[in-house]
Amino acid sequence: MTSITARLNDLRQQKRKGLVAYITAGDPHPDRTVELVLALERGGADIIELGVPFSDPIADGPTIQRGTERALAAGTTMKKVLAMAAEIRTHSDVPLVLFTYLNPVLKYGLPQLAKDAKASGIDGMLLTDLSVEEADRHLEALRSNDLDTVFLAAPTSSDRRLELVAKYSTGFVYLVSRAGVTGERDSLSGSAAPLVERMRQLTSLPLALGFGISTPSQAGEAATLADAVVVGSALVRQIEQGGAEGGLEERLEAFTRSLKEGMQ
Amino acid sequence: MTSLETQPDASGHFGPYGGRFVPEILMSPLDELEKAYLSARQDPAFQAELDRLLKDYAGRPTPLYHARRLSEKLGGAQIYFKREDLLHTGAHKINNALGQGLLAKRMGKQRVIAETGAGQHGVATATACALLGLDCVVYMGEEDMRRQRLNVFRMRMLGAKVVGVTNGSRTLKDAISEAMRDWVTNIEDTFYVLGSALGAHPYPMMVRDFHRVIGVEAREQILTMAGRLPDQIFACVGGGSNAIGMFHAFLQDPVKLVGVEAGGRSSALGEHAARYSTGGSPGVLHGCYSVLLQNDDGQVSLTHSVSAGLDYAMIGPEHAFLHDEGRAEYVSCTDERALKAAVEISRTEGLIPALESAHAVAEALDRAPSAAGQIFLINLSGRGDKDIDIYRENLPELDRDTVTHDLNYRPA
Repeated sequence: MTSITARLNDLRQQKRKGLVAYITAGDPHPDRTVELVLALERGGADIIELGVPFSDPIADGPTIQRGTERALAAGTTMKKVLAMAAEIRTHSDVPLVLFTYLNPVLKYGLPQLAKDAKASGIDGMLLTDLSVEEADRHLEALRSNDLDTVFLAAPTSSDRRLELVAKYSTGFVYLVSRAGVTGERDSLSGSAAPLVERMRQLTSLPLALGFGISTPSQAGEAATLADAVVVGSALVRQIEQGGAEGGLEERLEAFTRSLKEGMQ
Repeated sequence: MTSLETQPDASGHFGPYGGRFVPEILMSPLDELEKAYLSARQDPAFQAELDRLLKDYAGRPTPLYHARRLSEKLGGAQIYFKREDLLHTGAHKINNALGQGLLAKRMGKQRVIAETGAGQHGVATATACALLGLDCVVYMGEEDMRRQRLNVFRMRMLGAKVVGVTNGSRTLKDAISEAMRDWVTNIEDTFYVLGSALGAHPYPMMVRDFHRVIGVEAREQILTMAGRLPDQIFACVGGGSNAIGMFHAFLQDPVKLVGVEAGGRSSALGEHAARYSTGGSPGVLHGCYSVLLQNDDGQVSLTHSVSAGLDYAMIGPEHAFLHDEGRAEYVSCTDERALKAAVEISRTEGLIPALESAHAVAEALDRAPSAAGQIFLINLSGRGDKDIDIYRENLPELDRDTVTHDLNYRPA
């Protein structure tokens, strides 16, 4: 069993909901990421999605795009992100999901990356632009290194596609709550609940709901539907606003705690 | 040998290239688009309407022109130009914009979005939307808007909304990303008219099919005019829509196919858009697996070309396939050679080409003198009106009132 599954099982037994926290590795600087991840964990994050920045992030809205640009400008590379993961592992057991686009992964070489990621303490991988149709030839390298393969399901996904997503995913399934890119929204989309329902019919895997969830009350609403809630842009915005000053870790921790409290 | 003409396969692969690499939210809409396109392709009524617009509105068939003066001057190959530059809106782009516009209408999508680099595809899409009564939003990098003011105004005059993109390099690459983000957000009522033979399946196939008429006409015309097939065919390649439109009808013929990429200012990464002559490698960008310019960490490179239409990091997947199969060769041409070639055919044949097309012309001009007895066919994919400001910037010695009008002038 991977540590992602173990963590989500524990939560399920305790009848609690999980918080999945996304930040872009290397934003605002590679030297800061380990401390920021540890702050997220102290605030109550159950799983960390470590974003590897990519030059052309088509699924991301302006907030994460800017985080990506900052991380790339600060010299973040795949190798450095793996080194960050390894350092996080010396302090913490929090499950880590590598979250990125396919191109930097292919350039690194997926079999090699799977091996190196596992050795660095990564527990799973989510590739935004890798659809289940194209995934077959890549899965073996990930599975044989005991990495969970998380795929996205969306409100637009056909039933046939949801079945494939359920079949190909391990650890959890990431449900995209709405049409659109990542980013903060005022309310949880009406398309979230029907998607959760459709997916429940197809899998017993834990379901994480993300995209557009940015406040404690939205996180709370999402937690009534799904097993875990993913928050990204709202955390990246905290980093954006506080990157230059001291006290960022404390603010990030406090904000994460408020999200977690919203979910109980 | 893999069958060249039957590509792509059912899932959109040209050999190993192509496919569909997009966020899940776009997968079902792409399925829907593919189904709609395949049904339209077989529907005689759709084809008849497209043919009518191509003929009466856009100006097809375009002529094939035997450039006798130029051929004589070069003293080798006989040169023929396929005159896509004579089409309405000034380039081949209208073939695809009308095709996809009609498809949008057929699918009941009232809102159309597009990306544009130089503005030619944006103008073509704005034109098709005006004609078909569709709402049109065009994404364009702010840097490109500055370079192509005239086309920005043309789009607005046609009723399109032009949205400046301020992310990243503020050029075509970022405009495509932004158009994709719009599409992800507005999939219900929006049709994305992609302008090159790129992107996720079915776009590379669909864009090729809409431009295939270029080669089909040219093949018939050259057989009539010259009595035989050409020896070499030249077309410029950014994403590669005009080139694939020209090449496709000749794939089974004993004809050399030459794609010309933008060599830019130098061979340093970031200074050109030549994927094959300067170290491109396979990867995924904007939904497609093909060959692109990237750094060692898989970040997509910035590119440069004097011609905005060739200024993009990835070559279309069918070209990558034809390259690997050895069916087409890909060479590059610098900004400087393209400018020289543009002046040459302006002076010798009275044809001011689009800067993109000038790249193809340059390669043909270089090969012609030593190719006596051969027939060269060049796709003159667009005219130079849109590039006049860039020509002026780059040919300042012609842009003085005191200049002596030396007919033999050629840029240094």
